[in-house]
Amino acid sequence: MKNACVLLAMLAIALAGCSRDAGKQVGQVTVGFSQVGAESEWRTANTASVKSALVAPGFDLKFSDAQQKQENQIKALRSFIAQRVDVIAFSPVVESGWEPVLREAKAAGIPVVLTDRAVKVSDASLYASLIGSDFIEEGRKAGRWLLQDSTGKPGPIRVVELQGTVGSAPAIDRMKGFHEVIDTDPRFKLVRSQSGDFTRAKGKEVMEAFLKAEGGHIDVLFAHNDDMAIGAIQAIEEAGLTPGKDIRIVSIDGVRGAFEAMKAGKLNATIECNPLFGAQLAQLIRDVHAGKPVPKRIVVEEGVFTQDQAAAALPGRKY
Amino acid sequence: MAETTGTMAASSAISSRWGRGLRRCLAHPLLWPLLTLILLLAGNGLFNPGFLALQWRDGHLYGNLIDIAHRAAPLALVSLGMTLVIALRGLDISVGAVLAIAATVAAWTIGHVSNDGLLPLWLAIAAALAAGALCGLWNGWLVVGAGMQPIVATLILMVAGRGIAQSISGGQILTLYYAPYSFLGNGFVLGLPFSLFVVAAVFALLQLALRKTALGLFVRAIGHNPQAAHVAGVRARAITLGAYVFCGIAAALAGLLVSSNVNSADANNAGLLLELDAILAVALGGSLLGGGRFSLAGSLLGALIIQALTTTIYAIGVPPQVNLAVKAVLVFAVMLLQSPLCRGQLRALLRLRAERRA
Repeated sequence: MKNACVLLAMLAIALAGCSRDAGKQVGQVTVGFSQVGAESEWRTANTASVKSALVAPGFDLKFSDAQQKQENQIKALRSFIAQRVDVIAFSPVVESGWEPVLREAKAAGIPVVLTDRAVKVSDASLYASLIGSDFIEEGRKAGRWLLQDSTGKPGPIRVVELQGTVGSAPAIDRMKGFHEVIDTDPRFKLVRSQSGDFTRAKGKEVMEAFLKAEGGHIDVLFAHNDDMAIGAIQAIEEAGLTPGKDIRIVSIDGVRGAFEAMKAGKLNATIECNPLFGAQLAQLIRDVHAGKPVPKRIVVEEGVFTQDQAAAALPGRKY
Repeated sequence: MAETTGTMAASSAISSRWGRGLRRCLAHPLLWPLLTLILLLAGNGLFNPGFLALQWRDGHLYGNLIDIAHRAAPLALVSLGMTLVIALRGLDISVGAVLAIAATVAAWTIGHVSNDGLLPLWLAIAAALAAGALCGLWNGWLVVGAGMQPIVATLILMVAGRGIAQSISGGQILTLYYAPYSFLGNGFVLGLPFSLFVVAAVFALLQLALRKTALGLFVRAIGHNPQAAHVAGVRARAITLGAYVFCGIAAALAGLLVSSNVNSADANNAGLLLELDAILAVALGGSLLGGGRFSLAGSLLGALIIQALTTTIYAIGVPPQVNLAVKAVLVFAVMLLQSPLCRGQLRALLRLRAERRA
């Protein structure tokens, strides 16, 4: 009798163990995802998109917020390795310093997918793929929009540029792409270019100085992100000019505020920098887990939005 | 060159009343900051003819000079608080973070009160100032009550403050669509930006408190020698605590101006590195960073000099990669100009050359 009891208890424990295992269904992929933080609306939208795409039954997501610190992120990656997840995905806070932890993941046989930002490593086999925006292409798109919008307009067209944070990858690449396109047309003259640190306050302050220095002879503003454009719009209005008409404005990101400004006719176009790549990421993770060959670089699908699309697109914007 | 040194020697030789007056004027502590500012603006005027122009547009003054004063207002407010704290041998490096907290608290308040009438405006101002005062109280308590070194005590809030602000804002930039609030940072009174009146009011109140009561004397006494002041019966602890609270409130006021200027509160970037600019403004204004000797008017001039430098950089079109280097060189030159030792050596050098030539 006593033995039967023990047997029964053991059976119960074994069954419980079984049922816990049953929680992980066949074919379910366990993913450890480490996000940069929650520093902007863009990032928050990115997190929401990833979380909503990597859901049961296909995925078991272990999410970790690094609060913009590399050490937190390395800790998170180590804990994913210890938990033996199937795939690790992360958006690196900085470019360098990833070699050791990526080698640990490789040794454990866990493939790594990078999202949004790149890493600098000596051995490219340390990660499977990088999915994210192509900042140079975004700059080119802004340039192309401007070319198209300026057809038939006589030169010289005086352009001012609000750059992002000096030395940051988006600032360098967006500038490069934009110049690649507009430098082919001699009508365009870049009269001022200064950093506005990606913020509204600096964008407004620098635009004020531009307007005074150029005496109002500015035809086009290119801002490396929407927030600086939103700040600059206020400066243009305070100078007694009409943003969107007297000065045509194109910026990058496609945040909600930009759509509101376009709807009000104050911003002409925004180039989408799409954070909603959760579904694309989910497909990539499935392929990587299945051992299929994947491209080393996957560019997110991104559009160009202009004023006439703004009102229709605004209610659907998630960020 | 020989002529100027000649007149200089002559002027120092004259001991008439006129000469004495001139010398007193030269020895005035505000002369050098003022001269620096005038030189900077005049240099800009030469370089860029339209720079000093003022226009009347849409019922207010419009021009670079107005921009400089308007943009310097938040820094000027913070510098006033910083001056008082530094005069008492302290330092507050949390002002940038406190500014961000106040800005976020104000935006959060407006977002959670129905947008009718002026009630949300007053609530937002009261909440922001209360948050600033609370931050100042915390800093002051750490310094006075817990006996921490000021730089360490305020470092805590400097690091934690942006986290607090972000948790209030939920990590987002809070955008405001409430017109009355926007008046604080964008409105005009009598053709001048409203922010200038805020600075003037705080400055006048502070001058009144320091000049018309014994408070100014106490502050100097504590700054020069805390032990002696204590023995003489000055309530050093209460006064120091009060200075930190005032500094917090000043930073909160600056936060209101900054956030209302762009109709949004950015917990990550509002007032970033402002503490360093504020300390620089205090130093440029001729206050002693070791405490004791201080000048509120000097700090205002210091804030104007810093903003004039920034606007100059934008106006002359320096490439953004070298912005900070250019600013550093200009600050270095200004500091050399203001150093009595350096000026003395320069004068001696000139005299030597003049003597050799003679």
